[in-house]
Order: sequence, then C-alpha cells, then structure tokens
Amino acid sequence: MGVGILVEDLNAWYGTTHTLQDINLHIPANHATALIGPSGCGKSTFVRCLNRMHETNPIARATGVVRMGEVDIYKDASPVEIRRRVGMVFQRPNPFPTMSIYDNVVSGLKLNGFRNRRILDETVERSLKQAALWEEVKDDLKKKSGASLSGGQQQRMCIARALAVDPEVLLMDEPASALDPVSTSKIEDLIFQLKSQYTIVIVTHNMQQAARVAENTGFFLNGKMVEFDSTHKIFTNPKDKRTEDYITGRFG
Amino acid sequence: MDFQTRSMRLNNARRKVTNYLVSGLSILATIIVIVPLIAILFYLIYKGASSLNLAFFTHIPAPVGEEGGGMANSIVGSGIILLLASLMGVPIGIAAGVYLAEFGRGKALATAVRFTADVLNGVPSIVMGISIYSLIVIQQKHFSALAGGVALGIMMIPTITRTTEEMLATVPHAIREAALGLGVPKWRTAISVSLRTASPGIITGCMLAFARVAGETAPLLFTAFGNQFWSLKLNEPIAALPLQIYVYAISPYDEWHRLAWAGALVLIVMIMVSVTLVRIVANRGVLKGGS
Repeated sequence: MGVGILVEDLNAWYGTTHTLQDINLHIPANHATALIGPSGCGKSTFVRCLNRMHETNPIARATGVVRMGEVDIYKDASPVEIRRRVGMVFQRPNPFPTMSIYDNVVSGLKLNGFRNRRILDETVERSLKQAALWEEVKDDLKKKSGASLSGGQQQRMCIARALAVDPEVLLMDEPASALDPVSTSKIEDLIFQLKSQYTIVIVTHNMQQAARVAENTGFFLNGKMVEFDSTHKIFTNPKDKRTEDYITGRFG
Repeated sequence: MDFQTRSMRLNNARRKVTNYLVSGLSILATIIVIVPLIAILFYLIYKGASSLNLAFFTHIPAPVGEEGGGMANSIVGSGIILLLASLMGVPIGIAAGVYLAEFGRGKALATAVRFTADVLNGVPSIVMGISIYSLIVIQQKHFSALAGGVALGIMMIPTITRTTEEMLATVPHAIREAALGLGVPKWRTAISVSLRTASPGIITGCMLAFARVAGETAPLLFTAFGNQFWSLKLNEPIAALPLQIYVYAISPYDEWHRLAWAGALVLIVMIMVSVTLVRIVANRGVLKGGS
C-alpha cells in the first residue's frame, strides 16, 4: 500500500540557482497527484527531491523536511533505502540495453543481490501484468533485449521495473511525453489502475492528462508552488490568477 | 523558375561529384592501411611457413651446429608472461578507468591519474624494462618470468585505463539514473550497469593493449631474459617468442634466420587467435536487439 508524503519548507539548489523555494505540500496516500507548470519551473527537481535523486548531481543540494509515512527521508534513512521504497519512471524510457526483458524487470531485485528463482519468476509476471505488457512479451522474456521493444513498450517495461521492487510511492517524470498517443493512453490507463495501490506523483506538460488521471494537482511557477488543490478545482475555479492564466494557455 | 531548376540541377551534379570523390578517398585510405598489413602477413607466411613443422612446436632450440630444434619453450613462455601481464594489467587498468569515469569526475586525484596514464603510455618500452630491472630483478638478484610479466602488465595499464574511461563516458546518464532510482548502490551501478553496458568497447581496449605488449622485446631483455631450455617456473628466467626471434634473427646462421621467420609467423597467429577467441567468448550471450 502507498503512504502519504508530507513536504515542509523544501528548498533546493543547483549550484547557486535556487530551483525550489519553500515548498509545503501534502500528497495523500493511494491517490494520483499531478504537478503542472511551464518548463524550468522546478517540478522535476521537486519529484527528484522525493527519492533523493536530486543529490546525485554533485552541485545540487536540498534542505527541508520530506516525511514519507513516519520516515523523514533526509534524516532517518539513506538515499539507497529511500529509492527502494520510491519507484521512479523517467521522461524517456531507459531500459538496461545489455539485459533481457526479464532481467530488466527484476533488475532492482537482482542488482541488490536477490537470487530466488521462483520469486523472481513470479515478480516478473506480476509486474509485467500490472504494467499491461505481459501478453506482448511473455514469449521473449529471456530471448530479447529490453532495448529491442518499441518506445511505448519500453516505457511500460520501465514501469514494471519500478513496480517489481514493491514501492510505496511511484514518481513519474513526464512518463508519456516521448510517446505516441496510443502508448500515452495505455500509460494513463495504467496510472488509473495503479493508484489504488500506490501513491503516484506525476509531472506532466499535458493538462488534459493531469485532468484525466489525478485527483489533486499542484501548479509550479519559477520554483514556487503557486496553488495546490483538487484537480477539478484547479481546472475549473483556480484561486490564483497565474494558475488561471497558465491553464487557459495565456502563457507557458 | 527556369533559373531555379537549372541551378538545382547544377547543385545536384556537384553534390554527386563530391560524394564520389569523398567515398573514393576513404576507400583509398582504407586500402593504404590494409595493404601493408596483408603484405606483412603474406611475407611472413612465405618466409616462415616452410620451417614450421611438428618439431617447431614440440622441441626446444637446438645447440649451435645441430640441425632442427624448435621454439616450444618460447611459445609456452610467451603464453605464461602474457597471462601474468594480463592478470595484472587488465584488472588494474579497468579499475582505474572506472574510478576516472564514475567516481573521480572533477577531482584532483583523477586529473593526476589521467595525466600519469598518458605519460606512462608514452614511456619507451626499453625504459620500462630498465625500471623493472632495477625494481625487481636487482632486488631478487635474478631474472624471472614474473619480472617480465610485471613489465608488460604495467605497459598494458594506460591503454586499458583510458579506453575504459572513454567507453564508460559513452554510456548514457539515463541508464545510471535508472539503476540509482531502483535503490542500487553507486558502486554496484558502476560495475553491473555502466561497466557491463560499455564492455564491448572495453574488451577491444584490452585486446589492443594485449596485442601491443605481445610483440614487445625490449622490456623482456632485462626481465624475463630468455632461456634456451624448458622452464615453467615463474621465479626463473623464461623463454619468450620475441626474445627468441631476436636472438635468431641477429645470428649468422641461415637455419636460424628461417626459424626466426617461423617464430614471427607463430607470434602473429597467436595474437590473432587469442583476440578472436576473446571476441567469440565475449559475444556469447548477447541478446537480440541489444546494443
């Protein structure tokens, strides 16, 4: 089951650039939360702070509190532990090119030293079914490289890979922006089904997508969170003028 | 309109001519590179093949004045020295390359290592021989296979280190992020993801380094020293093909000259066979559609 995320006074920097300023936010468990905003507004940085990927860049740093359930992820845990609890799906599909489909899906387990064949087999089937890819690849699991699949299939495989480690939170950084409309709608269906079991945070440039999949939406602008509310409210009756300008396409 | 189509046609003609010209030049360059290589190989076969017989591979060199004899001890000796060199050079070279590419970005130590590797690459092989002579041979008070292996091993390191670094640099950052995002520790990501993705290029680098030192004579003169008799002991002087070829080639006897040619042919074939074998082994298990 997913956990809720509580963010208090989160600030992040790249070098001297203050990319995130005083973010306060509560992301409810087992819901999908969309983050929208123009390019460079800090929404990607924000999700990367939620699994401590932000700090893999040597010039990046972050301050503040991010509480995942009971755990303060910057105080009580190591980045490696946090990333095992928080799955991440990136903008472009990034399969491991040397690994088969099978090994790609269970790479999170195998690379962390897990070797039980029976459980690995079960995990591959469960994750690929969850990612709606099982039927398309079940005959080539060990024969084909993960990189041989189409872009949309690769992205669903990357989702399966993230789900295979049984995370509580799933972060998706524009997961469909590099895909065609058919693949995009498959990914959206997937998000819709997965959100009953996981807490999903999805960054998107596509406002219809936010409206379709997410219960709550946050609007980011210039490193600040301008408004956070139910998706319905944000798109029909935003409180802030800047939110309204953005969703009606007046800028960004 | 008329003018435009005319000028397009002219442009088209010029483009075609340029295309033929450039393609022709690159084909010519390729031929210039390949012809000497093939010529050397054929000349070696022409000069050396006639002296190759079973005795060449099973006998040790015959004393002066006697007919026959072979290079069995040199062939085995070269194998042992190269094995020692690879056991030392490949792991150290790859480990240093991994440090440079994955952990040392922007660090002073990395700059120092990179600089040292480049300098080491330019050190004449005879200097490497003398250094190992004073560091190991003089300390031990005798020549040894081990000293020869160390000399060649050190010579392999810079090439392997720099190719490993370059090849790791071509691995997309997104793939490392995928692994880190799954909670895989950084060291494990470097080894199981980055290194594995870059492995075809790194293997090529190792093979280049191997082939280069396999024919080296100068570093072995003061280290492995050579041996006219059977010896497989790591702590004693050992025969090596380049050394034996050298001894035979500068001798005044026609029979020995012929054996030197045969030895050179065997050396080249040994290098080609080992490079091919490594390629075949490395290509096993590569998946359909992988990169």
